[in-house]
Amino acid sequence: MEKSHRLILVYLSLMFALVLAVVPLPAIVKLFRPDWPLLVLFYWALALPFRVSIGTAFVTGFLLDVLVGTVLGVNALAYSVIIYFCSAHHLKIRNFSILQQSLVTALFLAFYHYFIFWLSHFLTGVVFTMAYLWPVVTGAAVWPWIFWLLRRIRRQFKIH
Amino acid sequence: MKPIFERGPSLPIRLFFAVLCSVGLMTLDRFTDSSTQLRSYLTATVSPLYYLANLPQAMMSDASEQFMSHQRLLEQNQKLRETLLRQNTQMQRLQFLQQENDKLRSLLGSVPVAESKRLVAEVLAVYSHPFSNQIVLNKGSNDGVVAQQPLIDDLGVLGQIVSVGPTSSRALLISDTTHAISMRVERNGDHVVAEGLGQSDEVRLMHIPHSADIQQGDKLITSGLDGIFPEGYPVAEVVRITRNAQQPFLQVYARPYAQLDRIRYVLLVWPKAKPEIDEQIAPPDAEAAAVAGDF
Repeated sequence: MEKSHRLILVYLSLMFALVLAVVPLPAIVKLFRPDWPLLVLFYWALALPFRVSIGTAFVTGFLLDVLVGTVLGVNALAYSVIIYFCSAHHLKIRNFSILQQSLVTALFLAFYHYFIFWLSHFLTGVVFTMAYLWPVVTGAAVWPWIFWLLRRIRRQFKIH
Repeated sequence: MKPIFERGPSLPIRLFFAVLCSVGLMTLDRFTDSSTQLRSYLTATVSPLYYLANLPQAMMSDASEQFMSHQRLLEQNQKLRETLLRQNTQMQRLQFLQQENDKLRSLLGSVPVAESKRLVAEVLAVYSHPFSNQIVLNKGSNDGVVAQQPLIDDLGVLGQIVSVGPTSSRALLISDTTHAISMRVERNGDHVVAEGLGQSDEVRLMHIPHSADIQQGDKLITSGLDGIFPEGYPVAEVVRITRNAQQPFLQVYARPYAQLDRIRYVLLVWPKAKPEIDEQIAPPDAEAAAVAGDF
């Protein structure tokens, strides 16, 4: 009972990240918006691989699809695949230093954006420009802070 | 603490199911017609999140209104009054012209352009990702909003509604890669179709032959031929024409009049009711035949 009570915090953080993903921003800033839900998912998949895994990733991705209006299932698929790799290697990634983790995050984010692009290209026919990859840079830059914040939350509330 | 016995299915199996589900969803959404209904339900379910996400901005604009000085309010009020006066005078003239136009159209045997119902809606969320240029509005089926309804603002055409929930709805902008709009060049009446490119400041005109009479600065207005957008609203201005004989068509780009990246309020336009049109077509038929016979 208590355990499930604490897990709600995980879902709340994901919900908050989803809200951040749709907060209206000026057009110039919007280009640099990090993929908050994916970063938060990434942390929880590393910290609690037996609680947060592909199922949670799928649902979060699906909600993002509904919120931002991409073809249903695109983000769900991308999130599931990324969190699969993340869960499969969570023991390795956990042991990296925070800088190395940032680099790995950038790698995953770049993969995510290329994946989304290819799916959207196939489904709706969009054209690629390098500006789409800005969130990779900003995502890697905010990762240490997300890591620090979520670890504090996890330790404070003893979520495992 | 790792639970040993409650691990469930292995990761590859879970991934397999996730992939299966998402591929199913994609096919359902992209290649079948039931998705509009499904999307409407889903939009309705997540609409609290939009209201939540809009909270900071709403609070900011509220606060700025609260702290606006009395002097500035008076100035603004004065300016608005002047605009209203000016526009009301123009409206009187417009009503007269409208009547005259209706009369002339009935003489020609074509349908008079009917006044349609309008509603102002506020934008809850803007999603101008390069892959989808959409906005979410704070009006839904409770206010009578229906799918495929056109959306305009004071500058020009914005887009159309694609899915409707009870209190919110989602609109596709004309700059979206999946959107196309039928238009006419105001100068000579040539019909053109513009497709979105995923950029808020540019659309591309499709299939323009090299011999077409089109110039930089041409004003493009809706033609009404697509059956969605009412006729005569300004859409875009031709900004760039690339003539390359190796290409099968002219490369023509136009800039939408509406500022698609900073929409705050929009006007929803209701299309005319079908039976009304039939009624109006019926009587002048004889006259139309007579006019045609004169030629």
